[in-house]
Amino acid sequence: MRRYGNIFANVDWVSIMLYLALVFIGWINIYAAVYNEDHHSILDVSQRYGKQLIWIGFALILALIILMLEGQFFTSFAFPIYGVVMFSLIAVLLVGATTNGATSWFEIGDFKIQPSEFAKFATILALAKYLSMLSINMRDIKTKVVAIAIIGFPAVLILLQNDTGSTLVYAAFVFVLYREGLSGNILLFGLLAIVVFILTLIFGPINIIITAGFAYILFYTLLKFDLKVTIISLLLYSVFVFIFYNYQLKDNLIYYVFGGSLVFLLGFLIIKKELKDKAIHYVGIFVFVITCLYIFSIDFTFNEVLKEHQRTRITVLLGEEDKLVEQIENLKLARDANGINKEEQQIISDDIGAKKFSLKELRQGNGWNIKQSLIAIGSGGFSGKGFLEGTQTKFNFVPEQSTDFIFCTIGEEWGFLGTFLLVSIYVALFLRLIYLAEKQRSIFSRVYGYGVASILFFHFLVNIGMAIGLAPVIGIPLPFISYGGSSLWSFTILLFIFIKLDSERLNVLR
Amino acid sequence: MKNLSNRKFIVGIIFLVIGLVFTVRLFTIQVLNDKYKVDSDNNVLRELVEYPARGLVYDRNGELLVYNEAAYDLMVLPKQVKEVDTLAFCSLLEITKEEFKEKIEKAKSFSYYKPSIFLKEISSISYANIQEQLFKYPGFFVQTRTLRKYPRNSAAHILGYIGEVSQSLIDENPYYRSGDYIGKSGLENSYEYLLRGQRGVKRILVDVHNREKGSYLDGATDTMAITGSSIKTTIDIVLQEYGELLMQNKKGSIVAIDPKTGEILSLVSAPNYDPNMLVGRAVKKNYPVLSMDSLNPLFNRALMAQYPPGSIFKTIQALIGMEDEVITENSGFSCIKSLVNCHNHPTAGNVAASVKMSCNPYYYQVFKKIIQQNKAKSFYKDSEIGLGLWSEQVKKFGFGVKLATDLPGVKKGNVPDVKFYNKWYGQGRWAFSTIYSLSIGQGEVEVIPLQMANLAAIIANRGYFYTPHFLKEIDKTDTIPSQFTTKNMVGIQDKYFTPILEGMYGVVNEPGGTARRAKIHDGIIVCGKTGTAQNPHGEDHSVFIAFAPKDDPKIAIAVYVENSGFGGTWAAPIASLMIEKYLTDSISTANLPKEQRILEANLMDVKVKK
Repeated sequence: MRRYGNIFANVDWVSIMLYLALVFIGWINIYAAVYNEDHHSILDVSQRYGKQLIWIGFALILALIILMLEGQFFTSFAFPIYGVVMFSLIAVLLVGATTNGATSWFEIGDFKIQPSEFAKFATILALAKYLSMLSINMRDIKTKVVAIAIIGFPAVLILLQNDTGSTLVYAAFVFVLYREGLSGNILLFGLLAIVVFILTLIFGPINIIITAGFAYILFYTLLKFDLKVTIISLLLYSVFVFIFYNYQLKDNLIYYVFGGSLVFLLGFLIIKKELKDKAIHYVGIFVFVITCLYIFSIDFTFNEVLKEHQRTRITVLLGEEDKLVEQIENLKLARDANGINKEEQQIISDDIGAKKFSLKELRQGNGWNIKQSLIAIGSGGFSGKGFLEGTQTKFNFVPEQSTDFIFCTIGEEWGFLGTFLLVSIYVALFLRLIYLAEKQRSIFSRVYGYGVASILFFHFLVNIGMAIGLAPVIGIPLPFISYGGSSLWSFTILLFIFIKLDSERLNVLR
Repeated sequence: MKNLSNRKFIVGIIFLVIGLVFTVRLFTIQVLNDKYKVDSDNNVLRELVEYPARGLVYDRNGELLVYNEAAYDLMVLPKQVKEVDTLAFCSLLEITKEEFKEKIEKAKSFSYYKPSIFLKEISSISYANIQEQLFKYPGFFVQTRTLRKYPRNSAAHILGYIGEVSQSLIDENPYYRSGDYIGKSGLENSYEYLLRGQRGVKRILVDVHNREKGSYLDGATDTMAITGSSIKTTIDIVLQEYGELLMQNKKGSIVAIDPKTGEILSLVSAPNYDPNMLVGRAVKKNYPVLSMDSLNPLFNRALMAQYPPGSIFKTIQALIGMEDEVITENSGFSCIKSLVNCHNHPTAGNVAASVKMSCNPYYYQVFKKIIQQNKAKSFYKDSEIGLGLWSEQVKKFGFGVKLATDLPGVKKGNVPDVKFYNKWYGQGRWAFSTIYSLSIGQGEVEVIPLQMANLAAIIANRGYFYTPHFLKEIDKTDTIPSQFTTKNMVGIQDKYFTPILEGMYGVVNEPGGTARRAKIHDGIIVCGKTGTAQNPHGEDHSVFIAFAPKDDPKIAIAVYVENSGFGGTWAAPIASLMIEKYLTDSISTANLPKEQRILEANLMDVKVKK
């Protein structure tokens, strides 16, 4: 018989202490971020800092309840819980309230709750349950499809709510799947896709396709022919590229040349019947075509599908501001140069006008947010400006200071010492979670542990990355720190279910 | 299958690497990079500059000469400017739409978040109109500045004007900032450091909406504005105005000095201008007009015009001759017109008579004795020694040297010395016969009217002078620079002045004197000396120096009227009117016709000889 008096038996105090430290850091920094001289008590419940204390209180009660439950409860009810939450995600689409363009809130009187927050732990539970079933092997296509469906279903529903940030969080599950046997190439492939994405935006699709062509010729000729063919091919290719850049030929020429070469290659393969292992040639051509299509799709998606404000979130990071300033300067020089007729001058002037407008948009919108965020953190210096002394914070230069941009307040008032401590606490918690997960005897608990670590890590990565200008602006909270009941509770539930499962690991048979 | 549990290291390393990347990035922006600290300060710190009132300027009797009048700069904060009815706004400010666009663009290019000047120096009348409407135009507000105002409309050349500080000066002197005002000429320039005061700076914190949020560091770095010192000048504004009145329609100048102290009572340069013309926005319109004027009203003749002194120079020659003991006060020389031309008069039997009758051959012979003292055998060498000694003596009278007065731009004139002629003619190629014109104040000698007035003061003082100056008191204390309170001896013994004074008495008061018109009445004895400077470009210039009363001189004066002929005709009566005005505060009935004649005279349109 279990004894309720001993609910703390075998719990991992290291994780709990790290959790409490984060919650406390969050609370005092919310106080600093929205500090109001008329309501200077940190307990004043009319202010966010007072409310956060109430949310913290509820969170601790939730934690206690979870610890009082039996671990068996979560394994047994994993799918029902997933079902209920998925239902609520559908329901919120129909009857939910819209805030900041996202239809993701249930409003009951003054009380607002965001089901997508709770979808995180529900999804992990369901995934853990599925992957811990007997006769499951990650190498099976069926397993992969089902696992991706379990993850993808809530992600799609949340995307329909117009909450892109929360949707992206589900990408974090790639770490869980990787640990459970998904090929590591998937991780590398994802990384490669991101790198190509960024390079395409910086250098333009043509340059990247030319580079890809070079790499393709190199590998293909090395793989299937001798060194002589490789060198000759690359020399020819280099001459072509040189002519292309030197005479500033039209982009279309590249497409014609590549298309022509591929058709020629295909024809060659079909005619030459004696050639062995034809399949590998076809695969090679296929991979190259797919690569080119991907590169085009980046350019297309970015310029045609994404909205202006979404684009600026990314372009700001890529130094778009400096680029625009430089372009405007160059255009001005061109306009004022000699030997330019009125018509041309007018065209250039219009171009300058358009670029100036984009620059203004950039500087006032997301560009401004990132700049102010960096100024806040950067001006904190080594030891910070002091508690309640952050001018960027106090005078509202940073947007969303108590929620998504809470890291700015910490950076400004506590300096590098504060930010370093915070980053350390997070990394320590993630590593502790992995360490505990690996100790689990049941696959369910291990998958769940990795899920918790991955979800928390993804929030950490994107939120802080955004504040320090390394990631695009994506509105997701910093776990345990950002203001808000729903997010605090969901992260608390997420973590404490694992702490509960971990405390019972010795009772579980493999 | 590989051992999947090894993948925990891969995942752990990924987490650690990201943590490390963040730490490096944070270290870079928080510890290594100072740019963000500056940006943060720029965000929240605003400097409110409090401009001190510039010091006031008074005349010797406490009459206000220069004060400050409030003016308003319309400021703009581009960030807060909303789409408004531009047309109405432009008509309110009396500017065109193009100007509006240009000004807004200029402000934006300066800073989007910081205020800059949109329209400068709005008068208080326009301000009243604009202020009523201003609430309709967010982003615009008014900042108070002060403009100089000259209630007496005179003494422009003395007082000078202020203007915006130039970029070269900003680079040179860290005190000044773009948009500051600085004295450009006159006393405004020479006493800039007294008049300007000290700018006050208040640092405040503002929030993202530019709302004030309190003072920076509780005001620890704030400074109070310190009002400029007020200065009392030596000018007698009534006399100054009278002088300007007498000089209307004439070209020339009047300088009056109190010989006992060197205080300049008035300094007139004609033609002149109203000092209020060079204030504020009017400068843009008026300055080109004044500087293009062919009569050159901006030119301060009293300090910058270098003329031959003419016969007033004979007083110096006589004094040097006696001091050198080459003549005595009873030396007589006959009027030999073949030496140098002269008018008809009885033979001058002594120094006093020669001064009274202004005999040219007399001074030819005196100067010959001064220059040729037989100190060397060579004819040329002897002249060289003589001229060397002579020029040193003349320079002690303040001629040929820059009088260290307190206005900028003073010229030093020219007293030719050995070096000068050696350069001009070549060494050993000149002698007395080459330079004899100097004997009667013609030729290469040049002086400014201030030096002439100073000569009158030296004679009145019987041998010394104080450097002429304008500063009397600073903030009601009369400590003025020691250069103005040091007695400058001219190196001539007291006794040699007696015959000069006697002669100058005769000039005005005895039959045969050259300036009988300068006599006021028996109550005030004026001593004077006329001069007529030959002018190769036109009618001769008329000169007169004088002082009065004879036995207790209170005023020494020099009047120089260009192109007006003989010194006794115009310069002398003007001097006498000035003296009478200063000593008695009015013009006696008997002298009113004299005043009338001067006021009606127009000596501007004298034909210029080609």
